[in-house]
Amino acid sequence: MIQRTTDITVGLFMLAGLAALLFLALQVSGLSPKSAKSTYTIYADFNDTGGITPRGRVSMAGVTVGSIDSITLNKETFQARVAMSIHGDVDNIPADSAAVIRTSGLLGEQYIDISIGGEMDSLQPGDTFYSTQSAMNIERLISNFASGK
Amino acid sequence: MGLDSYITLKDVVFSRSDRRIFSGVTLDIPRGKITAIMGPSGTGKTTLLRLIGGQLRPDSGNIIVDGQSIPELRRKELYTFREKMGMLFQSGALFTDLSVFENVAFPMRVHTKLPEDMINDIVLMKLEAVGLRGARNLMPSELSGGMNRRVALARSIALDPELIMYDEPFAGQDPIGMGVLVKLIRDLNSSMGLTSVLVSHDVQESLSICHYACIIADGKVIGAGSPEELKNHPSEQVQQFLHGHPDGPVPFHYPSAAAAEDFGVAGGVS
Amino acid sequence: MIDRIASLGRSGADVVISIGRAGRFLAGVLSGVPRPVTGFPLLMKQLYSVGVLSLAIIVVSGLFIGMVLGLQGYTILSDFGSEAAIGQMIALTLVRELGPVVTALLFAGRAGSALTAEIGLMKATEQLSSMEMMGVDPLRRVIAPRLWAGFIAMPILAIIFSMVGIWGGMLVGVEWLGVFEGSYWGNMQASVDFWDDVVNGIIKSVVFGFVCAWIAVYQGYDCVPTSAGISSATTKTVVYSSLAVLGLDFVLTAVMFGNF
Repeated sequence: MIQRTTDITVGLFMLAGLAALLFLALQVSGLSPKSAKSTYTIYADFNDTGGITPRGRVSMAGVTVGSIDSITLNKETFQARVAMSIHGDVDNIPADSAAVIRTSGLLGEQYIDISIGGEMDSLQPGDTFYSTQSAMNIERLISNFASGK
Repeated sequence: MGLDSYITLKDVVFSRSDRRIFSGVTLDIPRGKITAIMGPSGTGKTTLLRLIGGQLRPDSGNIIVDGQSIPELRRKELYTFREKMGMLFQSGALFTDLSVFENVAFPMRVHTKLPEDMINDIVLMKLEAVGLRGARNLMPSELSGGMNRRVALARSIALDPELIMYDEPFAGQDPIGMGVLVKLIRDLNSSMGLTSVLVSHDVQESLSICHYACIIADGKVIGAGSPEELKNHPSEQVQQFLHGHPDGPVPFHYPSAAAAEDFGVAGGVS
Repeated sequence: MIDRIASLGRSGADVVISIGRAGRFLAGVLSGVPRPVTGFPLLMKQLYSVGVLSLAIIVVSGLFIGMVLGLQGYTILSDFGSEAAIGQMIALTLVRELGPVVTALLFAGRAGSALTAEIGLMKATEQLSSMEMMGVDPLRRVIAPRLWAGFIAMPILAIIFSMVGIWGGMLVGVEWLGVFEGSYWGNMQASVDFWDDVVNGIIKSVVFGFVCAWIAVYQGYDCVPTSAGISSATTKTVVYSSLAVLGLDFVLTAVMFGNF
């Protein structure tokens, strides 16, 4: 009988642990069952990636539509090549859209914003953005302003 | 002796952290008899039992129990072999988180696959033998020291061992408790034919029940034989121990410098 | 001078020897397959005393630590006008660091010391010896279930600690200081990664659980069987476990999060 109550409380303890793990997974890290579904990869070449990092956010009109996979240096053009995975249901990004590196707030993290173009064709998996806009570098901005260029 | 010996110790040498405890102990313990091992406190009587049980290994020499050399057994064989032995510890050593019943049932639950009703019967039989059948649902903390030891005794005979070792069974017992234990040890020996080894420094009680006794001091056996033989033993040291004389071969004073020197009165008048 | 060097060398050798003994002890405990029929109820009993009974202190401490993080974080972050990042700060701190570490420290104090004292007392009252004489290996019967229970209970406790802490942070941040609830959770979800943060935190607590339980049962089993011996073993358990947890935390953090 005592063994039985022990078993029950230990069982409840384990369940509480499982529930807490579920909470950490879903509510805290936002690991939703949906995010496991298909994504496709597109690329963008930047002159300066600034402070973006892998796992960073890719958004469209402020809505997160994907994440940054990797940032590598293209040795031929000396540009940074950023691979990003976009949620599979966002499959109609106009082909002439631009990838822009923006900062959330003055000191916030940097992310890639896709500014929408007007073409009827969409970017296909593996395509590269036609136009990009690199990170705004405050130091460079100031030195440009000071030298009057 | 001409008797069939159950345990034989041959030239056993044992030391613990630089201190020599046994320097060549040779001893025969006869089968089916009660043997008392006596000696002053601190001579390693309990250590001797642990050597026989294989919890300690001698530095040299051999210990043979029932034809089996204990120091040569591997760990697993030793654990199997110990099912033949029972040991009653000085404190009783009952498992404090189990009831009296479960304590006695413990060896059976671990070593046998007996059905529950059979275990129940055996446990009650063993408790009956020590007169504590009515205490089966109590916890060890609710028992007196003497009753603790009796439950422990019931537990050590639960698997019907061939050998039972008693470590200071009389220490700290009132006269009635001592009487009960003396009776139990004698009854168990005669009814079950157990080989019993008794370690004690209570001379009178031990001599009253044992068939054979030996006295250990300074790492050696200084006297052995039947109680009668010991009482007439020529050695002064044996006589001092048996009669409890305060001074003799074992001096009253701990070895020290000359008293005059310690008291600062050496070499002159002050 | 020579004496000092000699004594330094001696204490160094002592440390190595005791680590060696602890390792051999561990091998003795873990060798041999646990028998499920007899082993399972024993494990349950230990999980109850090590895990369930530690739950109260874990929940209360987690709640308060989360609330303090909420308050402190708010004061600092509001200077930069980014109070909304409070959720992210609380969650990352708890899941990566404070959850595993504080749980392990509390565990060492609450459950580890109890394990040491219990085993030490069993040794002092000759219960371990009598078990050996009954042909039962105390390493498997007494020590192994306790070691496994610590190993299993610690990650569960750490996860619960983190969850309660995040909830406590929300109480302060959202209910009291008025951070928008959506941004509390939203920022958190955007920055906490399940595999990199949550799972790494759990791995930490698994390691800590193993080390704390090992130290606790070893100190109990190895103690001098007197009341002074048990009390010094209990102290050693708490001190060694705490030091081991903090040291290992640095190593694990460097390995897991160091390449940022």
